Amino acid sequence: MRYLPLSQTDRQHMLSTIGAGSIDDLFVDVPGAAQRDGLVDLPRRKGELEVERHMTALSNKNISASSVPFFVGAGAYKHHVPATVDHLIQRSEFLTAYTPYQPEIAQGTLQYLFEFQTQVAMLMGMDVANASMYDGSTACGEAVLMAHRITKRKKAVLSGNLHPHYREVVANLSDFADYEVDRGDIRPEGGADLKPRIDKDTSCVVVQNPDFFGRVRDLSHLAEAAHAVGALLIVVVPEIISLGMITPPGEMDADIVVGEGQSLGNPLNFGGPYVGLFACKKKYVRQMPGRLCGETVDAEGRRGFVLTLSTREQHIRREKATSNICTNSGLCCLAFTIHLSLLGEEGFTKLARINHAHAVKLADQLEAIEGVEVLTDNFFNEFTIRTPKPAAQVIDALVEKNILGGVPVSRLLPDEDGAENLIVIANTEINTDDDRAAYVTALQEVLS
Amino acid sequence: MSDLKFTKDHEWVRIEGDTATFGITVYAQEQLGDVVFVELPGVGAELSQGDDAAVVESVKAASEVYAPLSGEVVAVNDALEDAPATVNEDAMGDGWFAKLKFSDSGELEEMMDEAAYTKFIAELD
Amino acid sequence: MSTMNTQGRPTGVGEVGAADRQTFTGNRALQQEEGLIFELDSPGSNGVDFDEPEAFEERLGGLKRRGRIGLPDMAEPVVMRHYVRLSQKNYAIDAGLYPLGSCTMKHNPRLNEKTARLPGFADVHPLQPQQTVQGAIEVIDQLSHWLKVLTGMPAVAMSPKAGAHGELCGMMAIDAAIRAKGEAETRKRVLVPESAHGTNPATAALLNYTVDTIPANDEGRVDLEAFKAKLGPDVAAIMLTNPNTCGLFERDIIEIAEAIHAVGGYFYCDGANFNAIAGRVRPGDLGVDAMHINLHKTFSTPHGGGGPGAGPVVLSEVLAPYAPLPWTVDTGKGFALQETAEETGQAPFGRMTAFHGQMGMFTRALTYMLSHGSDGIRKASEDAVLSANYVLASLKDVMSAPFEGPCMHEALFDDSFLKGTGVETLDFAKAMIDEGYHPMTMYFPLVVHGAMLIEPTESESKAAVDLFIATLADLAESAKRGETDRFAGAPYLAPRRRLDETLAARKPILKWTPPAQAKAAE
Repeated sequence: MRYLPLSQTDRQHMLSTIGAGSIDDLFVDVPGAAQRDGLVDLPRRKGELEVERHMTALSNKNISASSVPFFVGAGAYKHHVPATVDHLIQRSEFLTAYTPYQPEIAQGTLQYLFEFQTQVAMLMGMDVANASMYDGSTACGEAVLMAHRITKRKKAVLSGNLHPHYREVVANLSDFADYEVDRGDIRPEGGADLKPRIDKDTSCVVVQNPDFFGRVRDLSHLAEAAHAVGALLIVVVPEIISLGMITPPGEMDADIVVGEGQSLGNPLNFGGPYVGLFACKKKYVRQMPGRLCGETVDAEGRRGFVLTLSTREQHIRREKATSNICTNSGLCCLAFTIHLSLLGEEGFTKLARINHAHAVKLADQLEAIEGVEVLTDNFFNEFTIRTPKPAAQVIDALVEKNILGGVPVSRLLPDEDGAENLIVIANTEINTDDDRAAYVTALQEVLS
Repeated sequence: MSDLKFTKDHEWVRIEGDTATFGITVYAQEQLGDVVFVELPGVGAELSQGDDAAVVESVKAASEVYAPLSGEVVAVNDALEDAPATVNEDAMGDGWFAKLKFSDSGELEEMMDEAAYTKFIAELD
Repeated sequence: MSTMNTQGRPTGVGEVGAADRQTFTGNRALQQEEGLIFELDSPGSNGVDFDEPEAFEERLGGLKRRGRIGLPDMAEPVVMRHYVRLSQKNYAIDAGLYPLGSCTMKHNPRLNEKTARLPGFADVHPLQPQQTVQGAIEVIDQLSHWLKVLTGMPAVAMSPKAGAHGELCGMMAIDAAIRAKGEAETRKRVLVPESAHGTNPATAALLNYTVDTIPANDEGRVDLEAFKAKLGPDVAAIMLTNPNTCGLFERDIIEIAEAIHAVGGYFYCDGANFNAIAGRVRPGDLGVDAMHINLHKTFSTPHGGGGPGAGPVVLSEVLAPYAPLPWTVDTGKGFALQETAEETGQAPFGRMTAFHGQMGMFTRALTYMLSHGSDGIRKASEDAVLSANYVLASLKDVMSAPFEGPCMHEALFDDSFLKGTGVETLDFAKAMIDEGYHPMTMYFPLVVHGAMLIEPTESESKAAVDLFIATLADLAESAKRGETDRFAGAPYLAPRRRLDETLAARKPILKWTPPAQAKAAE
């Protein structure tokens, strides 16, 4: 086996040092009933070439985003990732290091986490950010638990236009932890008012911006309404590139901001691993879940970085921890932070403008098609259309024309009245004029 | 020093009238190491003896501080927020945690005086 | 003879001074000091080339960002050098033996990286129509099959994002089963051994269970009598790591499983240490109801400096109906993701995360499994156990071991061999850094004083393990000889000396602030 360095002779020498006759003697504590002599019923080992063939054959059964005009978003976005990113994250010292528990020999990881925290806080317009969570949806669940801890209340009000998966994650967590969830109405065109739902039992209001249907709006009034009764505003940012153009949640007085950071540095990966972003106001930092990296000095007075405020965490507080979370998305944060460093202020804001310009262009073109209605008035790089035919059928028909045309809302909201004909469509810097023209032509054909 | 009492949880209580000031002992702060944060109760909180009243944190540990007596919190030592090291430097003085208006002086009887506490910790090591 | 050669540069070493010297830059040859990315800002330069979009009418509804974000600008070579220099400050399994007990720092084959990046896996969207991602769903299905066969369990929930998330998933499945039986009000207690990972009690508490700690016996295992004494109709589950955190197999595990089942409770097994027994022992044969598997440990997906991980959870027959969405099924005509309870026809408890789990880790783990096969997985477990026992046998007289062997995949030592030397576990570990090793896990498990938990893994050659043993023996002898200097200030040779964690916690600085702002704030 190519990954196992011990030879048969080595094994014999080691066994004799131990004083064991055979390897079986080392497993004596396993009850007899559970001892297995033979191999489990699975294929034997394979060489690198055969394994690569097997995996490549599976890969070839899929249509990849880069191979067709591609307009799928709804919480995960196709962006161009510079080659430098993937090269750097595969450096052994980043890829094959553990959590930086020995700071003297993990300054590389710690420093990029510190840089990541700074970048996230800047983008969100918030005081502090942590070293990341699993993904946007779980970060959202943790934000709600954090708000409950801060306010000592138990009810979360969720915008109906929160990503349905995010809502399900929060609802599931709340169900098991015995917390209450009040879900607002789903309004693809916008216009739902959450304020009447906020009362003195409300711990937090959770709103997504841009929302699941792509709509952007000012949330300052909601922050005000929440704060008036001692509740917190949690803003969910599903597409981090949007913050290159729109007002950051911090400026709308959000208390906690979570987001999905996949768009920077990370490929689509069929849904994971991604990188959950988590930021909050400084006064709440000790109630934050997850790892935090902080600046300090070493014994010679040189600047250095360490994991800090770890008394919040499970390995110390055990059942009194702020969360059971034990890891972050280390390498995905690294990809995020390298990509953002390459972009810089100029590149990041320009990238945002390109995304917005492309989406506006496509919306204009689709709106011109007979029977198609663009529901989203204000958006960033994603919007929702209503078609005369059921959306799932339209998307399937587009696949036949080699176009991945978006997400039928009915896939995520199968029971929602009026959602059957809605498609959420994303348009990023990857889409060319040719892609858009192909989409418009194909959609016309499908609908005719 | 008849107004000073100690608990088995390494807290001290100083009685002045119906007010009890409490904190953690010199021995407790030595065991904890460098104190980095103290979470204090809210003024006005009603505590029963043994309730979680505060949390004291070092880099690697967080310990609950229990209410030594039942009563209402009438003052907390806000200065600890910016200067948690005071707990290490002056545990029995400026490093106090909170003041309680206590309701049951009977609760004092189970506590140790300084001599008894000194003997108590000597036996721990 | 040409005159050029008479001026040739000297090839001997000549006179050399002492190596210990200061440099102008603070750099130490290949070890470069590197500022923060924000300190490299060079306005006007850029690491990407984008054209400004043509003029268009914005549709942001007035919600436009005003003012700068504050991100630094720089060209690609500056970015490249920054991160390469940072990387050089990290220890890594590729660079040396990484004996962190309970973390399993084994070799990360690069084939796994290559397959994970195939466009059909890395470049597909989770919400593409299912007919366009048949191969991706099939990867999940194949990995599920391997996990079920290796564990002898009938079902697996694939979506949990990490070990702790898997624990949460498993305990939610247990909670769902308890509710379905109408016992939610009565079963409120979860038994957790004192040697457990911190995530176990944290998970139970999150689900509103009372955590009841079971003591360990003097053999480092669950005290069976104490455990039985705690059983009752209010017990929901036991959360037990096996092999346990002392690196020992719980001999009474079948009896424990039977006893918990007899009172109507469930057996949650923390599968963090499955790598010791994979291919040899099936948790399904031990009476386990739910167990998470850390793909980043047992199946070698890279740790990446602290993530991402993946924590699929295998489930017994009684818990399978409650597995969270989505479910992966082979319909005979193709593979499908079932994303609603109706489609499954069962009682899934809900959703753990958006989308379908850590695909990037699934491809890597499946590649690892295919490479090893049933024989290689078994052999890897055996070699891991062999190496750990070799370390234990070789060092038990120089250091001190609290429990008798044989151990499983990790060897546990305590600090009694350091008693009276003035050297503590932490100092001993830090001195290992100067010798070129990452320290072992320290002060865990909590049941042993000054614990040192060593997991060499199957990836080390005998020569590498021998040198490691010799190094630890030398350090132990050195400590006993009273050479405290070697320990007290260690590490001396790392990119940084010991860092002031007290300062970091007392005055938290959690982000960079522009110098002007920082000054104004003072």
